[in-house]
Amino acid sequence: MKKIMTLVLAVVMALSLFACASADDVTVMTHDEYVAAEMDTEVTVETYVQAHQSWWNDQITVYAQSEDGAYFFYNMACSQEDAEKLVPGTKIRVTGFKSEWSGEVEIVDATFEIIEDAEPWIAEATDVTGLLGTEELIDHQNEFVAFKGATVESYKYSKGDETVDTEAAFAYGWDASGAEGTDADLYFSVNVNGETYTFTVEYYLCNETTEVYEAVRSLNVGDVIDLEGFLYWYNGVNPHITAVAPAAE
Amino acid sequence: MTRGMKLLPLCGLLALCLLLAGCHGTAGRQALSIPETFDETRPIELTFWAKNDTNRTQVDIYEKAIADFQALYPSVTVNMRLYTDYGRIYNDVITNIATGTTPNVCITYPDHIATYLTGSNVVAELDSLMADPNYGLGGSRLKFDGPDREEIVDQFLSECRLDGRTCALPFMRSTEACYVNKTLVEALGFELPETLTWDFVWEVSEAAAEKDADGVFRANGQKVMIPFIYKSTDNMMIQMLKQKGAGYSAPGGEILIFNDETRALLLDIAEHVKKGAFSTFKISSYPANFLNAGQCVFAVDSTAGATWMGSDAPLSDIPADQFVAFETAVYPVPQFDPEHPQMISQGPSMCIFNKEDPQEVLASWLFMQYLLTNDVQIAYAGTEGYVPVTVKAQNDPAYQDYLSRAGEDTGAHYDVKIKASRLLLEHTADTFVTPVFNGSTSLRDAAGQMIENVTKSIRRKQTVDDAYIDKLYADMISLYRLNMNGGQEVSGSARADLGPLPKTAVILLAALAAAWVLIGLYVLKQAAARKKHRKIT
Repeated sequence: MKKIMTLVLAVVMALSLFACASADDVTVMTHDEYVAAEMDTEVTVETYVQAHQSWWNDQITVYAQSEDGAYFFYNMACSQEDAEKLVPGTKIRVTGFKSEWSGEVEIVDATFEIIEDAEPWIAEATDVTGLLGTEELIDHQNEFVAFKGATVESYKYSKGDETVDTEAAFAYGWDASGAEGTDADLYFSVNVNGETYTFTVEYYLCNETTEVYEAVRSLNVGDVIDLEGFLYWYNGVNPHITAVAPAAE
Repeated sequence: MTRGMKLLPLCGLLALCLLLAGCHGTAGRQALSIPETFDETRPIELTFWAKNDTNRTQVDIYEKAIADFQALYPSVTVNMRLYTDYGRIYNDVITNIATGTTPNVCITYPDHIATYLTGSNVVAELDSLMADPNYGLGGSRLKFDGPDREEIVDQFLSECRLDGRTCALPFMRSTEACYVNKTLVEALGFELPETLTWDFVWEVSEAAAEKDADGVFRANGQKVMIPFIYKSTDNMMIQMLKQKGAGYSAPGGEILIFNDETRALLLDIAEHVKKGAFSTFKISSYPANFLNAGQCVFAVDSTAGATWMGSDAPLSDIPADQFVAFETAVYPVPQFDPEHPQMISQGPSMCIFNKEDPQEVLASWLFMQYLLTNDVQIAYAGTEGYVPVTVKAQNDPAYQDYLSRAGEDTGAHYDVKIKASRLLLEHTADTFVTPVFNGSTSLRDAAGQMIENVTKSIRRKQTVDDAYIDKLYADMISLYRLNMNGGQEVSGSARADLGPLPKTAVILLAALAAAWVLIGLYVLKQAAARKKHRKIT
């Protein structure tokens, strides 16, 4: 009888292991495979947290990057406790659905797990100054990037056929309808190689307690600056800037 | 670009916090006693939390109104805090109720006021203020020409009455409109009817979703076409149910939405999504972006978003070179019964928060009334497809002149915007609001989320059938705590069915059960053996 019991328990253990293994049986995509995946299909990737927007209502929006490419996880399910663990460099496995919103390719309705034993990895900013205005720029979508030697212009926005010049180096909100002390994104324009580009400090990523928010509020028209941020897309390139400094000599 | 309203869905948890705070009296205040005279000998500072639609002109109008009011009442200083998101105001009010630091005057939604009211006398009741002969509506001692009680549109004022008390005043009103690319509709061989019906919209949308062998849409010759996009799917579901005469909620807070009509609507929407006819703002982006690029036939959005709609839209998020020329028609939302159109009434209201000093509350009341004067009402209504909330402003020659000049330019007299305002003016009697109660915000979220989930599931090639809807109902009840909100009951056939267990879980549980059975058998066998042994010895 003891032999039979030993045999039965061994089988039970094997079945249990099989059950656990099956639950973990997912195919992790490379970045190329992710890019090739159809929209609205389920995808699983492993990558490293680079930054995240403020946690809210059991959701978090994460900027992530691996050595082979970058990702944007919009409103990923996340407890507040787990949000505190998502420090830059943390390796995570994310499963969700590939989606596109106004040109931004992202993963939505995602869940994640932290890969505990992984070495942390933080991306170096890739200088894409020379790619501004080219079709190659979108190949770097969501990556942590740098723009060098940009000249601050007075911030202008369109209102119908009219161009409104705020005559200021930045505005609270795209049309200056926001105000200090609220959750307004900062908008500012820079000139690179003769072309004007609008950049954003996304409030939920970098609020008024951050150096970059203060740095942008201290900009003057004519300043020459270097910038870093994530290459977000909204009907065209719309980088979420995370650092601003006087241009290196 | 900050997407969506990430602060809105906090109702349940925060409402609970507020209930606790209110019960313990930390937020409680004495009911207001109206002073006989407004004391202008001492300075009073007011805080006004204002909401704009990310629209600089609206900000300018608020600032002018404050300056003009301060000129009339030099002892009062109004400090404005600007918001672009109702959810953020709601969140901040809740936080400040607990600490007794609410603003004096606040732009808000009646749904939100229902939650504020769970504190004791947190929000000033307005009935006695409105009726005061000196400082009430049309009062003898007002320094401005405000509206009488009878000059506020009844329909709009009634939306601000909660539990038989007037807790707010309307500030602006809007509804939803269906902005139609008429040029595309006609190119597809259809003629726009007098009243837009759901059947017509679906039929045209399915025709517009046809592609050629290269994946190019025949309707617009582009690779992108979303024939029908809805901005606020919560409104979509609420209006569909209302038009069908089906249940949504009852004034006491009873939740009726999980019914067979909702099920039929969701299954019908799923069929249209399968054919590529429909998507939503949350899934695809702003309807205006697609409409203006010739990539959408029917775009439903607020009349307060009219300046973003059409070939000549004054406001836009897409580059100028992506605009396509077309004629824009502005219709009420699609109807099931064209003879009896029904559409939602929405838009900002204003409330006053109680303070220890009755003079401060009176000053707040004066300022709030000032925002109903013709100058403010007409100017603000003209920024978007809003309408003034007073007949006094609506009948003002300046406003009538404004309406008559539709299409004169693409700025102040942008025709799509004025058509949107006219839509609501002509259909005010056809508007409705849903019952407001503590939890109605969560129910609204669930109404929209069901359409979002069905749409996403179809796009992801998942099966949407009765079993799916059963699970969806259960998920919504759980996620939005709809059956846990004091006294509310869930009607209908929803059950907490979480679906079948995963195969791996079944294997694991079966293995564990088998092990326990065998362990039990082994113990019994051993016991029997010992008994036999004792007998032998």
